[in-house]
Amino acid sequence: MSDVVERTLSALPGLLGQHEPGAGPGGPGRASATSRLGGLIRSITALSSKHEEEKLIQQELTNLKATVSAPATTLRLMKECMVRLIYCEMLGYESSFGYIHAIKLAQQGNLLEKRVGYLAVSLFLHENHELLLLLVNTVVKDLQSTNLVEVCMALTVVSQIFPREMIPAVLPLIEDKLQHSKEIIRRKAVQALYKFYLIAPNQVQHIHDKFRKALCDRDVGVMAASLHIYLQMIKENSSGYKDLTESFVTILKQVVGGKLPIDFNYHSVPAPWLQIQLLRILGLLGKDDPRTSELMYDVLDESLRRAEINHNITYAILFECVQTIYTIHPKPDLLEKAAKCIGKFVLSPKINLKYLGLKALTYVIQQDPNLALQHQMTIIECLDHPDPIIKRETLELLYRITNGQNVTVIVQKMLDYLKQSKEEYTIINLVSKIAELAEKYAPANEWFIQTMNAVFSIGGDVMHPDIPNNFLRLLAEGFDDEKEDEQLRLYAVQSYLGLLEEEDAIYPQKFLQVMSWVLGEYSYLINHEGDPEVIMTRLHKLLKKTFVTSETKAWIMAAITKIASLNRGSKTIDKLIQEFSTSLDTCMRQYAFELKHLCEDKDLMKNLLPRDASCNDMVVDASLSFLDGFVAEGLSRGAAPYKPHHQRQEEKLSQEKALNFEPYGLSLSSSMSSSGFTGRQSPTGLSLGSDMSGNSTEMGQKEMSSLKLDGVKKLWGKDGYLPKKESKTGKEDKLEAVPPGSTLGGNMVDHPLSEADQEVVSPSEEEKEKQRLASTLFVGLASDSAVSLMGKADTTTQKFKRKSKISETQNSEEAPSIQHDATLSFRPLPEAQSNDNENIQSTEHVRLRKSSLSSSEVLEASISFKRPQSLTEARLDAKLPDYRLSPSSLFADNNIEVFQPSQVIPSVVASKASLIPSLSEELANNPHSEAVELCSCDTLAVNLCKVWTDDCLLLVLFVANRSSSALKNVNLVFENSEHFKIVEGLSYHFPVIKAQSLESCQKSVQMEKNCMQEILVGSLNYHLEMETGLEFSVTLSLTDFIRPMKITTEDFGKLWLSFSNDVKQNVKMSPSQGSLSIALNTLQQKLKLHVVDIVGNEGLVACQLLPSVPCLLHCRTHAGMLALWLRSPCSALPDSLLYQCQKVMEET
Amino acid sequence: MSVHMQFMLLFSRQGKLRLQKWYVPLSDKEKKKITRELVQTVLARKPKMCSFLEWRDLKIVYKRYASLYFCCAIEDQDNELITLEIIHRYVELLDKYFGSVCELDIIFNFEKAYFILDEFLLGGEVQETSKKNVLKAIEQADLLQEEAETPRSVLEEIGLT
Repeated sequence: MSDVVERTLSALPGLLGQHEPGAGPGGPGRASATSRLGGLIRSITALSSKHEEEKLIQQELTNLKATVSAPATTLRLMKECMVRLIYCEMLGYESSFGYIHAIKLAQQGNLLEKRVGYLAVSLFLHENHELLLLLVNTVVKDLQSTNLVEVCMALTVVSQIFPREMIPAVLPLIEDKLQHSKEIIRRKAVQALYKFYLIAPNQVQHIHDKFRKALCDRDVGVMAASLHIYLQMIKENSSGYKDLTESFVTILKQVVGGKLPIDFNYHSVPAPWLQIQLLRILGLLGKDDPRTSELMYDVLDESLRRAEINHNITYAILFECVQTIYTIHPKPDLLEKAAKCIGKFVLSPKINLKYLGLKALTYVIQQDPNLALQHQMTIIECLDHPDPIIKRETLELLYRITNGQNVTVIVQKMLDYLKQSKEEYTIINLVSKIAELAEKYAPANEWFIQTMNAVFSIGGDVMHPDIPNNFLRLLAEGFDDEKEDEQLRLYAVQSYLGLLEEEDAIYPQKFLQVMSWVLGEYSYLINHEGDPEVIMTRLHKLLKKTFVTSETKAWIMAAITKIASLNRGSKTIDKLIQEFSTSLDTCMRQYAFELKHLCEDKDLMKNLLPRDASCNDMVVDASLSFLDGFVAEGLSRGAAPYKPHHQRQEEKLSQEKALNFEPYGLSLSSSMSSSGFTGRQSPTGLSLGSDMSGNSTEMGQKEMSSLKLDGVKKLWGKDGYLPKKESKTGKEDKLEAVPPGSTLGGNMVDHPLSEADQEVVSPSEEEKEKQRLASTLFVGLASDSAVSLMGKADTTTQKFKRKSKISETQNSEEAPSIQHDATLSFRPLPEAQSNDNENIQSTEHVRLRKSSLSSSEVLEASISFKRPQSLTEARLDAKLPDYRLSPSSLFADNNIEVFQPSQVIPSVVASKASLIPSLSEELANNPHSEAVELCSCDTLAVNLCKVWTDDCLLLVLFVANRSSSALKNVNLVFENSEHFKIVEGLSYHFPVIKAQSLESCQKSVQMEKNCMQEILVGSLNYHLEMETGLEFSVTLSLTDFIRPMKITTEDFGKLWLSFSNDVKQNVKMSPSQGSLSIALNTLQQKLKLHVVDIVGNEGLVACQLLPSVPCLLHCRTHAGMLALWLRSPCSALPDSLLYQCQKVMEET
Repeated sequence: MSVHMQFMLLFSRQGKLRLQKWYVPLSDKEKKKITRELVQTVLARKPKMCSFLEWRDLKIVYKRYASLYFCCAIEDQDNELITLEIIHRYVELLDKYFGSVCELDIIFNFEKAYFILDEFLLGGEVQETSKKNVLKAIEQADLLQEEAETPRSVLEEIGLT
C-alpha cells in the first residue's frame, strides 16, 4: 500500500497547466484532458467562488440540454454529453432532463456507448424510478445477445437496479445464464438473482435448487457470489439450512488451508472476504444449536490459529472468528482462545484495533463478565480517550455491565458525554439508555428524579416518547411501598417547583408537560408546607411564555384545573380566566370557559377531578349513546345518515373507478389500493382531544399506561450480573459499595493473573485516581464470576419494581416465560381473566411435566392454578424454584431437541393392527391425505391426516399408545405460529390413553399470514417413569388452504375488473401437457382450482384462499407456453399462487 | 462480502466530491445532505483518530490516500476492518489500472473509476475478490474502445475467458 499513500499531490489548479493526466505510464484507455469534459473540469477548478461555479454549470447544463434533445446529435456525442451530465450531477446540480437520453443510449448505442449509457442509468436512477421501466426491453435484448460483453453489462445493471414488478420478464433468461460456460456470466447471474431475492423473495423461491448448484460451482467466484444469497436466507431462517453446515465447514477448511487459486489471496491471506462470509454464516447456523456447533469447532480453531500475520486483514478475520465463537454454542477452550484474542485487540496501540476490541467486549460481556475485569484499566483509559467514538463505544460497554452499585458512576459518564455531543442520533440513543438504567437501578429517589430531569432537559423533544410515558406511569402506579411512592412524588414536585422558579430558564416541551402533569396530580402532597397559589402563579407564568407550544399549554391548563379543584377560590385562577376568556387561541379560550364553569360548580369539579385517581379505571361510553336522541331528531328533520370515514372513502374511490384505470395495470392500481387501505386504517370518529379539558391529557396518559405495560425493553442477561440476592437489604449493598479500595481488592482476589493486577504494582497518583474509578465501575462484577453462561433467573434488586395488576405471586415466579401472558391480561377484564387462566394453566402443564414432581401432585398443582391466589400456591412456590432456575426450563428448546424420533420397526407396527389410524366415516368423505407418521418412540406414535373440508383445513392427529400400560395426562401442544391460527387453541389434553390403543384429536387451522409453505411445530408431552417429550412438525402449504370458487363467467368478469393486484408470467409447458384443457385439468386437480370457462385457447379459473379471499386466473396457451395472469384483492396471493402453479406445471 | 455497503463517497481534502455510489435508494436531497454532513465530519477528524465513525444508525469507515478520502457506510453489525480492506483493494485496482493513480486520474476519468468499482462491488456486495479477474473484465471491455469501428469480428475473437 505504501507508494499509493505516500505520494502526495500539490494543489490542483497549479498542476492543471502543465500536467497532462493521461500521460502516465501507459495506462490503458486514458481520456485526454483536452476533451470537452477536460475543458469543463479545468474551467471549474479555475473558478474561485461557488456563485461563479453555479453560473458556469447552469450554462453548461443549458448547452447540454440543447445538444441531447437535438435530433442530429450522434450517439458518440451523446456519450460524451452523458459523461458531462454525470459530472454535473456529482457537483450537486440536477440534470434530470438527461435521464431519458441515458436510457436511449443504453438501448441504441454500440458497445462503448451502451456501457456509458448503462453507467449513467445506474447512477441517475434509483430502483423505484418510473423511467426504469423503459430499460426493461433493452436489458431483455442484451441478455439474449451472443456478445458476452453485452450480456455482462445487462447483468451488471440488473444487479444494481431493476423494477421489482418486471422481474418475471427477465427471470427465465437469467436462470439460463446459470448454466453458461463462462464463469463471469454465471457469477453475475447469481448476483442478479441475489438482488431479486432481496427485493422480491417470492419470485425466486422456485430456484433454490439452482442456488445449491451455484454453491457447488467449480469456480470460486460463482460459489462466493452464492454465499450472499445463503447468508441472507440463513439470516431469515437458519433452521432450513442446517444440512448445509458441513458444506460450509468444508469450504472454509479448504480456504483456510490455502487450497484456492493464488489469485484470491489478499496480502498473502487466502480469500479473506470469503472466510469472513463463511464465518458469519456458521455463526448463524450454530447459534443455540449444540449439535451444529459441534461440526464447526475444529475449523474455527484452525482459523484462529492460521490468522497470525500482523496485518489488518488477519485482524478482520480474527474479529469475525471471535464473534462466531461467542455466537454459537460455547466450547470452553475455544472461548478461552477467543478471549485471548480480544485481549490482543483491546491492548493494541492501534486505535482501530482498540475500537474493535471494545466492540468485541461489548458483544461478549454478558457471557463473560470477567473479561471486563481483566481489561478494566484499559476501559478506564478509553473513557477519557480524545476520540469520541472510542468513548462512545466504552459507554456502550459500561451500559451492559451496569448494576445497582455502579449505576451512578456510569450514568454520570453518559451524561458527561451527552453534554459534548450535538448529534441527534446519539442523544436519542443515549438518553433512552440512561432512562432505562435509572429506572432499573436507581439507588435513591433524589438521584432518580435528578437523573430524569437531566434526561428530559437533554433529550428534550427528540427522545423517544416512551421515556416520559414510562416515567409518569412509574410515578402514578407506584411500587409496593406506599410511603416510598409518596416520597418519590413529593420529591418530584419539589424539584420541579425549584426548576420553575428560575425565571429565564427554557425547558423542552416534553419536560414541561411532564412537570405540568406531576404538579397537577401531586402538588397536594406539599400543601402543608407550600401555598397552592405559588404553584399556580408559576404555571400561569409559563402560559405566557412564547416558547411554550399550544400542546404544552393544554397540559399546563389541565394541571391548573386539577389544582384548582382541590382549593377554594384563588386570585390567580380568576385572573387567568379573565385573561384567556378573550384569547385569540380558541383552545385556550375554551379551556378558560370550562375552568370558569367548573369553578362555579365545585361539586361537579370534585367529582370530575378526584385526587390521585390517575390509575383508576374509567368508563367511557365509546358508542356515544347519550347522543342518540340528538341524532334521531336530526334524522327526523331530514338530515343524511352518518357515514363513517372509511365508507365515504370507499364510495369516493368507487366513483373514481368509473374513469377506469384498469388498462394501465400494475403500478397505478396498486398505488390506488394502498391509498384505500391507509384510509381504512385511520381511526374513525371519536376524538378525545376536544373532550373535557381537565381530563383529556389525563385520559391519554391512562390509555398509554394500560396499553404498554410490558414496559422498558430488558436487555438480555443484564440481571445476570446482579450480585445481590433478594434476601439482602439495600443497605448492606450500599455499605459494600462505599469503600472503593476494599472492593477493588475483593475483585482482584478472583483474578490473580489479570492484566490490571500487574499494573497495580506501582500506582502513581493518576493511576490511583483511575483505580478508584475502576473500583466504582466494576463493582459487583467480581462476585459474579461463578455465574453460569446461561445467566440467572430474574432476581430483582430493582428499587422501582413495577406493581402489576395480576396477582403478584404468579407474575414474579414466572418472570421469563409468562411475560407474554401478563400483557394479555390488561384487556377488559372478564373474558381476559378466563383466557389467561387457560394460558397459564397450559404453560404450567408443560413446565410442571419437566420437573420431577410425581404425577398426582402435578394434577393437583394444575388444578390449583385455576383458582388464582389460592392457598396452595404458597406451597407450590416452594417447589417451583427447583426447576425454574435450572437452565433446561429456561432454554426449553434445547431440551426438547434432544429427543429424536426413533425409527419405527415395521414388524412391530404390523403386529399392532389396532393402532393403525383411520378417519371417521364423516371425515373420510372429504378429500384427505394419507395418514403420515410425524414422530414416534417406543411408547407413543403420532400420525397425522390432513382433511381438506370446504371451509377449513382439519388436522386429525392420532396418538397411539404402543406400550403395555395406560398413559395419563398426555398433552399435545402446538407452538404459536405467526402464519397459522388454530381455532380450538394450541393445546389438547388426553386424560388417558389406554395401553395398545389409539386416540385422536382434531384441530382446524386457518392461515393468518400469507405464505407459501411454513412449518407448524408441536410437541407431545407425557409422563412415564420420567418426563418425556416428543417434538414434531407439520408442513402446511398454501395449497392446503386453497379451495375452488364456483362462479359464473359473468361474475368472473365483474370480479376481474374489481381486483387491483395482479401478476403475469409465462410458464413452460412440457409436451405431455400439450393442450390448454390438460393444463387446466392439472391445475384443477393439484391445486383444487375451479375451471369457470374455456374459450378457444383461453381459460378462466377461480379459487379462494380460506376463509374467503378470491383469486382469479386467466390462462392462455401460446407457442408451448402457458401465459398465466392472476388477480386478487390480496396483494401477496397472486404471487404465491403463481409459484404453486409453476411448481405443479414443472412437476408434471 | 460480509458487508452490505450503503454507499461509497470519494472526496478531496478540499471537500470536493470526486465519486459517489449509492447502494440504497435515497432522494437527491437526502444524498446531498448526507454528503455535506459526512464530508464535514470526516475532514474535521484528526489524523491519529480511529478510521470508524458512528453516524446516525450507520457506521462510517474512511481512509485517506494522498489527497483523497475514501468513505464507506456500512451497517452497525458489519465488519469495519474488512471494509477498510475493501477500500484498500479498490485503491490497488485503481493503481494497477491507471499505473500509479493520482487524484487527477480519477477526476478526469471518473467513468473508468466507476467501471472498475462496478466490477469489484456490485449492489453493495463484494463481487469479485481476485484482482486479476476484475482487471481482466475491465481490460476486455476497454479493448472494444480501440476497436470500436469493427466491433463484431473482434468481439467474437475476444469473448471473455
